[in-house]
Amino acid sequence: MFKIIAREEMAEGTVILNEIDAPLIARKAKPGQFVILKANETGERIPLTMADTNPEKGTLTVIYMVVGKSTALFRDLKVGEGYQDIIGPLGAATHLEKVGKVVCVGGGTGVAVLHPITRGLKEVGNDITCIIGSRTKDLLIMEDLMKAASHDLRVCTDDGSYGHHGFVTDVMKEVLEEGGVNLVVGIGPVPMMKAVCKITKEFNVKTVVSLNPIMVDGTGMCGGCRVTVGGKTRFACVDGPEFDGHEVDFDELMLRLQAYTEEEKKSYNEHCNLVKQ
Amino acid sequence: MAKKELIPRQPMPEQAPEVRSKNFEEVPTGQSPETAIREAERCLQCKKPVCVDGCPVGVDIPGFISLVKEGKFTAAISKVWEKNGLPAVCGRVCPQELQCEGKCIVGKKNEPVAIGNLERFVADYERMNKKASLPEKAAPTGKKIAVVGSGPSGLTVAGDLILKGHEVTLFEAFHKPGGVLVYGIPEFRLPKEIVFSEVAGLEKLGVKLECNAVVGRTISLDELFEEGYDAIYIGVGAGLPRFLNIPGENLIGILSANEYLTRSNLMKAYRYPEYDTPVIKGKNVITLGAGNVAMDSARTALRLGAETSRIVYRRSRDEVPARAAEVHHAEEEGVEFFFLTNPTKFLGNEKGRLTGMEGLKMELGEPDDSGRRRPIPIEGSEFELECDLAIIAVGAGANPLLTQSTEGLKLNKWEYIEADEKTGKTSKKGVWAGGDIVTGSATVILAMGAGRQAADSIHDYLTIGW
Ligand code: FES
Repeated sequence: MFKIIAREEMAEGTVILNEIDAPLIARKAKPGQFVILKANETGERIPLTMADTNPEKGTLTVIYMVVGKSTALFRDLKVGEGYQDIIGPLGAATHLEKVGKVVCVGGGTGVAVLHPITRGLKEVGNDITCIIGSRTKDLLIMEDLMKAASHDLRVCTDDGSYGHHGFVTDVMKEVLEEGGVNLVVGIGPVPMMKAVCKITKEFNVKTVVSLNPIMVDGTGMCGGCRVTVGGKTRFACVDGPEFDGHEVDFDELMLRLQAYTEEEKKSYNEHCNLVKQ
Repeated sequence: MAKKELIPRQPMPEQAPEVRSKNFEEVPTGQSPETAIREAERCLQCKKPVCVDGCPVGVDIPGFISLVKEGKFTAAISKVWEKNGLPAVCGRVCPQELQCEGKCIVGKKNEPVAIGNLERFVADYERMNKKASLPEKAAPTGKKIAVVGSGPSGLTVAGDLILKGHEVTLFEAFHKPGGVLVYGIPEFRLPKEIVFSEVAGLEKLGVKLECNAVVGRTISLDELFEEGYDAIYIGVGAGLPRFLNIPGENLIGILSANEYLTRSNLMKAYRYPEYDTPVIKGKNVITLGAGNVAMDSARTALRLGAETSRIVYRRSRDEVPARAAEVHHAEEEGVEFFFLTNPTKFLGNEKGRLTGMEGLKMELGEPDDSGRRRPIPIEGSEFELECDLAIIAVGAGANPLLTQSTEGLKLNKWEYIEADEKTGKTSKKGVWAGGDIVTGSATVILAMGAGRQAADSIHDYLTIGW
């Protein structure tokens, strides 16, 4: 078992942080890599990109939104309890290189994924502007951590309850207009990443995104995670999860993410009813 | 003697096709002690048993069969164990018709002795009764071996080396041991409980098991050496699904056989929603390819409620690579075969879901490199098949996850590991490899045979030198 040693609720309890004892994975993990977690014997294998690791302590941190039965099971695990299985680190690590001015854009729990990447890019000497956003003030996560990981942090909310009133893409556009941006990293819901890439393409600025397709094994043996990048089929679990955003077929990814929507709804409803009883 | 030959081969009792095509229980239900003894009486006890030559791990076939004949089932299993640590598995999934039974002298004029059924019988008898004592272990050598992959070849290596007195740790990337025996072969052909009980047997002997360990990611081969392992065996399987590379292949409803079977078998999607992992349940299912994996997929689809389950294969019936028994089982259950048919395109709706497949009819031309007649398309023979699930079962390539992250490991042009045919030695000192990651997709028993050779070679290395 992989024990949870710290747990936090964020964004009004819709987002959960778990710091988990997993020394072997923590020792090897690099920014951008993910793990696959399975709560119990009957559970599903769920991929989550790590939000942090602490090799000395032997822990890794994941942050996730509760969206279905599997993440609800994760949420119900208390400190001292744990995951039956965690596999990793999986996927290719972020290519950390000094390129100059980097804009990191995060939406939703994508901010959690963005965090170690941003920190890594800062450590190698880049000038980091970070833009994070959420629907409303209370749903914003990791503001302090992102502030520490960047030189300039800008916050937006869709409803204007905090920071800039509007989308992260609006602010990003302003920053791009100022000029001098060498790289954009955009991580969040697929429509957001698609919107980011549409704009950065106009500005001709290289853009990296981190994809989250449906996965099973995470080692390249099933092909369930296939995405089209530059007209070619790639396996996100081994060739990614990060890709050149200008090459990604986001529409296909959005459709493929719907493969099991019916089943997921059914499982979640049954789970919620059971808990209520 | 003449009288003996009159005993007919004892049929294997099976669930009726119309019943079994709706459940995941095992299809053959197994011999009774009486029919097993009767079958054993058919064996001629040849002085030079050619059946043994046909067995990749060299089981003493007449030896164990004569014990069955005497009703000494426990002694019989011990005899099998001398050479084969996974008899319950092999009795079920080996292609005996090409191996031991294919060579059986009785089979020259009559039907061969049902060696596979007898092997299965003694293994199952022991699993129910647990009377045999564990095989003797040699004195500890103090040497440590890492076995990467817990499929058939890895399990064989682990079983052999633990008996020779070495310390053995099995590393498995999935959360459950067994490799293809667990994620690939369906419950109705090989109940998972049998695999787990064979693995539990190894653990009882002292083999350590590390699941969730992706060697190449969680830990590298060189780190294993640093941790004090003296030798490493790589038996990770082929594990890279091939696709057709035709338009529409990323529609929802098109899965590799690896994904389809892993969801259904390992993740137990057939018991969804009791188990959380779902799998797409097609009404009209097409499986591309005609190997054993394709048969497993097409038969699984029926059990998950498909109204039609069709196999589409670009060559003819004569070239079908699956075992005859598997094809027969599939046909009995209602799987339809479309031979000489080549898919050209998948069709979908606005939600990105599969709705059909376009194909071309083929005819056979001149033999190709493989010696099989090459299928060539018939012009103007385009047609459409309706389907909402397509399973791609056209084989696997070499998964590069481990090999790419390991220095000094020589690969061939298809990226399989180069290993000595006799010993399994690779180009990297202290590292052996065997099974599908060396040969490409083959059978369980061939992988076990490779494991046996490598285990002998590893033992020599640890006691004599490289
Ligand atoms: S998750 Fe199976 S190949 Fe990527």
